[in-house]
Amino acid sequence: MKTVEMPKMGDTMEEGKILRWIKQEGDQVAKGESLAEVETDKVNIEIESFASGVLRKILVPEGESVPIGVGIALIGAPDEPLPDSLSGNGAVKAAATQEMEKAATTGEGNGKTPSEAKGGYQAAQAVVQSPTDAGSQGRIFISPIARRIAEENQLDYSRVEGTGPNGRIIKFDIEAALAQKQATVTPSTPVQLPILESEPASIEATETTEIPLTAMRRTIAKRLSQSMQTSPHFYVTSVIDTGKLADLRRQINEYAQNEPNPVKVSFNDLIVKAVAIALVRMPQVNVSFAEDRLILKKQVHIGMAVALEQGLIVPVLRNADQRSVLAIARESQRLAELARTGKLRPEDFSGGTFTVSNLGMFDVDSFTAVINPPESAILAVGSITPTPVVVDGQVVVRDRMKVTLSSDHRAIDGVTAARFLQEIRRLLEEPFGLLL
Amino acid sequence: MRTITYRDALREGIREEMLRDERIFILGEDIAGYGGTYAVSKGLFEEFGEKRVRDTPLAEEVITGAAIGAALGGLRPILELMTINFSLLASDLLVNSAAKFHYMFGGQPQIPLVVRMPGGGGAQRGAQHSQMLESWYAHIPGLKVVMPATPYDAKGMLKSAVRDPNPVLFIEHELLYNVKGEVPDEGVEYTVPLDRGEVKREGQHVTIITFSRMLHVTLQAAEELVKEGIQAEVIDLRSIRPIDIDLILDSVKKTNRVVIAEEGWKYFGTGQGLAALIYEFAFDYMDAPIQHVNGADVPMPYSKVLERAALPNKNDVVNAVKAIVPQALVHG
Repeated sequence: MKTVEMPKMGDTMEEGKILRWIKQEGDQVAKGESLAEVETDKVNIEIESFASGVLRKILVPEGESVPIGVGIALIGAPDEPLPDSLSGNGAVKAAATQEMEKAATTGEGNGKTPSEAKGGYQAAQAVVQSPTDAGSQGRIFISPIARRIAEENQLDYSRVEGTGPNGRIIKFDIEAALAQKQATVTPSTPVQLPILESEPASIEATETTEIPLTAMRRTIAKRLSQSMQTSPHFYVTSVIDTGKLADLRRQINEYAQNEPNPVKVSFNDLIVKAVAIALVRMPQVNVSFAEDRLILKKQVHIGMAVALEQGLIVPVLRNADQRSVLAIARESQRLAELARTGKLRPEDFSGGTFTVSNLGMFDVDSFTAVINPPESAILAVGSITPTPVVVDGQVVVRDRMKVTLSSDHRAIDGVTAARFLQEIRRLLEEPFGLLL
Repeated sequence: MRTITYRDALREGIREEMLRDERIFILGEDIAGYGGTYAVSKGLFEEFGEKRVRDTPLAEEVITGAAIGAALGGLRPILELMTINFSLLASDLLVNSAAKFHYMFGGQPQIPLVVRMPGGGGAQRGAQHSQMLESWYAHIPGLKVVMPATPYDAKGMLKSAVRDPNPVLFIEHELLYNVKGEVPDEGVEYTVPLDRGEVKREGQHVTIITFSRMLHVTLQAAEELVKEGIQAEVIDLRSIRPIDIDLILDSVKKTNRVVIAEEGWKYFGTGQGLAALIYEFAFDYMDAPIQHVNGADVPMPYSKVLERAALPNKNDVVNAVKAIVPQALVHG
């Protein structure tokens, strides 16, 4: 009997909700077939079976959420007896024990101990798949340095989820928990906002509608509050002349419509390319703040904010610095399409190192954006607007665009931010460099 | 700086020391007219003559005993054993005589002896001639055991070994002799200490500790890991005894994770001894159990295919690192 576990489908996923069972108890299941649709904090996704057999038992009904790693169903032979305890964890543990015994026996057969050499290593890996519900069992696996940091910071690590091998709590988990704790620390006496005091207590229920938060809305709320509360934002704005950029875009698009695989390049694609080049030239902006150190990212992965009906998601254009403008245009269109149809995979929207948010199409002059952690900066792009400017003492009309860079002052200083914007401005005002 | 082979660097080191100090002489099997099994002593016989470059019978007990006697008598012998495997014949002399006399006789005698010999496998020399036995000797108080991996370190450490008043086992590797590296010009004086490891590559996610030929495999693995976003710190032990534990602990305190990559066997070997030291002194800094990359726990097969399978390779190092470096740490 194999246990299907709630899979981890993204860096931030802690639990998943079964929206719908695609297979029912008694159905034949082939490896790779979709079993159920699961709602994570970001997307709805179909989970595939890793085993073939009969879906013998559904352990988590539709509409319920369980943490990752918890058993949600059992797959086995039609006549295989179900385990005594049908609780997810019981079944999972039995499987793990079996696995371990098997590993030990095969190990013995080779005259080796299970932990030895490669056979033993693989056995250990197999056991890793089983979740350790150490919290409820009293014994917590935690690395020495993780324990020390937790104790020094008076953090109760019994509730921290371990991401190391065998579910061990490692330093990374403790640092994440501490960061979160810091983020959620609020003044003990909340400041009463005047509006609350004056709010009439007599609002009728009919005058308001309560909308329960979707997982996406909860994630947006959690992450962006954390960002605003932990990273000191500051803003630098620059005005960019887009005349040459528009000419270049027109030329590119004239060319690209006759490509074997025609594509239309947007202003945003060119801005993404400029940002990627600027990040390569100024890696100190491609950075994460990690409490006791800065982590410089060697790769340039640009997130592009995409508005959805139910919220917002930031698919990631990987290695944007290494892609041509046409390749960026194709990839951004692919990602935007996947985002709109809810088909983004977790790897499509994780691992970004910098985000571009563009509200230019909504006649926005300029705006400031909230940094998408753990990134340290985000570029907010406004509309291109015909603007009177003085050139050689004459007032002429030029197309201009305002961009505002939000930076995390823990990682990036004002001059760095200003130079970064200068670089972007130069790249967009003399845009031929985007193609070279 | 010019680039020369490990073999040439060794020869230069021996030659420069022989020119510096008349008490220094070399002895071993086929080292004179033939120039040495691995051609390290080529040309020295012609330059220094048979008094200082002496061919010996194929009898390791005899030649090691003779070298120890010469050292006791005030000379400074450099003894070449054809491989570390043959040193087993002379191990009583090394362990019970060379390592002990200074201690047992009230500190009066000194044994300024250098025993050069290659260890390791990879050249289809079969089970008896492919062993890494450094941990046998590193176990013994009274011996120094060094294993330089680069031409620069080979020359610099050879000079230090010759000048050291203690017996030094200088373990080379058959597959290192042709390795090239930068070495200062001939006659430009430098030495490398016998008790200092070196960070050969800096990184923050994991410390890989290695030595001898595996240094080069590990550096390749470290480059491979960069593609995964992992920056590995690579420490070359250079010396097995004394071991530069401070250098290791400083790195472990920074990275919290250790992989030990060595060519020899795992059980009770150099890596396991080192792991015990790290657990003893840096337990509170560890974030994951130490991973070991070793040769397979078998006598070395003669078959080329099987030998390759028995030796640890770049992928083994990469996988060991990935097993303990959390993805989130790198990509978070």
